[in-house]
Amino acid sequence: MGAPLVQHTGRGLPLGRDDVDTDQIVPARFCRRITRTGYDDALFADWRGLSGFPLSDQAYAGATVLLAGRNFGTGSSREHAVWALRDWGFRVVLASSFGDIFLRNALNNGLLAVTLPPDGLNLLLGRTAADPAAPISVDLAAGQVEAAGHTWEFEIDGRARELLLTGADEIDSTLERGDLITRYEAGREPWTAKVG
Amino acid sequence: MTLSTTFSTTGPTTGSTTLFEHLWNRHLVVPQESDPALLYVDLHLVHEASSPQAFEGLRLAGRRVRRPDLTLAVEDHNVPTDSTVIRNELSRKQVEALRANCAEQGVTLLRLGNSRQGIVHVVAPELGLVQPGMTVVCGDSHTSTLGAFGALAFGIGTSDVEHVLATQSISLAKPLSMAVDFTGTLPRGATAKDLMLALMARIGANGARGCVVEYRGEAVERLSMEGRMTVCNLTVEAGARAGLIAPDETTFRYLEGRPHSPAGAHWEQALDQWRGLRSGPDAPFDRRLEFDASTVVPYVTWGTNPGQAVPIDAAVPDPGELADPAARAAAEKALRYMDLRPGTPMREVRIDTVFLGSCTNGRIEDLREAAEVLRGRTVAAHTTMLVVPGSMAVRRQAEREGLHEVFQQAGAEWRLPGCSMCVAINGDQASPGERVASTSNRNYEGRQGAKARTHLVSPATAAATAVSGRIAAPDEI
Repeated sequence: MGAPLVQHTGRGLPLGRDDVDTDQIVPARFCRRITRTGYDDALFADWRGLSGFPLSDQAYAGATVLLAGRNFGTGSSREHAVWALRDWGFRVVLASSFGDIFLRNALNNGLLAVTLPPDGLNLLLGRTAADPAAPISVDLAAGQVEAAGHTWEFEIDGRARELLLTGADEIDSTLERGDLITRYEAGREPWTAKVG
Repeated sequence: MTLSTTFSTTGPTTGSTTLFEHLWNRHLVVPQESDPALLYVDLHLVHEASSPQAFEGLRLAGRRVRRPDLTLAVEDHNVPTDSTVIRNELSRKQVEALRANCAEQGVTLLRLGNSRQGIVHVVAPELGLVQPGMTVVCGDSHTSTLGAFGALAFGIGTSDVEHVLATQSISLAKPLSMAVDFTGTLPRGATAKDLMLALMARIGANGARGCVVEYRGEAVERLSMEGRMTVCNLTVEAGARAGLIAPDETTFRYLEGRPHSPAGAHWEQALDQWRGLRSGPDAPFDRRLEFDASTVVPYVTWGTNPGQAVPIDAAVPDPGELADPAARAAAEKALRYMDLRPGTPMREVRIDTVFLGSCTNGRIEDLREAAEVLRGRTVAAHTTMLVVPGSMAVRRQAEREGLHEVFQQAGAEWRLPGCSMCVAINGDQASPGERVASTSNRNYEGRQGAKARTHLVSPATAAATAVSGRIAAPDEI
């Protein structure tokens, strides 16, 4: 499902806010569409008009690495939040923590969500504000973020890493275990609820 | 661990296993060889807002829904509550997409106007579809509600909805386990909603991030299933993946005789197994917290996340008194958005609209609590009140009890079921600057309409607030 992502270098966008829930990333009214793409107009729609909001600042045009704060992507499970970030052009989000469902959604759409320590994030935020063109490099294969003369190691679980590196379809790989699912089903209690 | 033992761990939990661990192990399709694990899904709930892209993906890949008999679809997010005609074109197209997808794939759908339609997390338990020991997923974060039955229930994104449709299983990194032990019992006048707002005021809107939280203690045992669902519903607002309450006689009484509950000999077999579903006395949790329920009073939020809450007698807090710079900055930003000054008593905050409903507080007991306060009283002249039952069944029950007359005589609007102002994409929403007292679960910026301001409260507090036109507790009117 996701496009492969092995190594990425791009400019940063210094969002730098804590507790950005998915209602802010994409307001609910944009969740009435039936497509998986075309959400670039929805991204941070209610914050775009605010003065100084970096997404509306031409200095950061072309940024592909979102620099968030603490608890990014909490709240609603809406995958539209990840679709909108991808549609805008982001390939990487760096934050000091993430909402659980957002992390899964990011993985499922080839958006690399990486946890960095707060001081590292602050350094990158300051650096990007001072020099919007400064490159940030993320190497998934090596598990490293490199920018401003610093290197940070990050961890990502093995399966997620493999899916991101190859862009493999997780449904395909699960369907290959179809016999195990069938076997599990044979052991379910006969009284477990059924809809039909 | 061999495959055969994975499939046969249906016995009771042991002294050193948590209920969560037991549910997890019981649903591993393959022994846990890696993280994330592959879990079997017993019940998949679907709604119109998070599913169209999943069905489309299925179609493009030429796949079918593996288990339509374990899948239930409901129309709730986009449906209007003042008529059965969907006027908004985007909403209507999304609902029509769900209808076409369900017809094509053989999935049972509770359509707008159906006698069982309503909010997915209200409807599924009413039908007896959510049972102890199950795994339940839905493309909605408030699926955590259903953990009230001793089921592992959690929200997923649309790509994972597609994965479940195709495989009836879900890939999931194992969450941490957390126990919240309530000491004491809830005082009279304090509700499940207040208990959770008080808990979040202490641990913060991300105090349980990454965890499956099991609630224990007399305060929880004494709650009805409706109250327990409110507790588990709000667990996700503390950043948790799921909430969990061990099943007991209250659970079994609720389930007995429901349309999809086991019957006859199966009921006895089910009970035998369900009675064993509890954490062992020595079970280790990754995190543990004690919270004194006897100190809980009616709570109200002042900020823009559910953890920014205070007792209703308190004043708007002063961000300057917060030691943590991040919390201080968040409080300053929240107060700017909410247009509140530090030191203002919460009871002096004037309210334009009161919303009673949602998967947090749209069940029959919530309506009864609010009606009790409203009986013989009138909604303040400058305030409007919307009463939105969580389901058609709740609406019918309320009408049997005459609650709708209490609401209507007080001047409140009696509506049809749906997510209504909680998600605010169905025509029910607040205007910019409008201030809402809401029984829902999220007071985020713009949640109930762009630039609208939300204060989360319990149903009884919502009713008292409607009467006084300012934030008010039931004991003062």
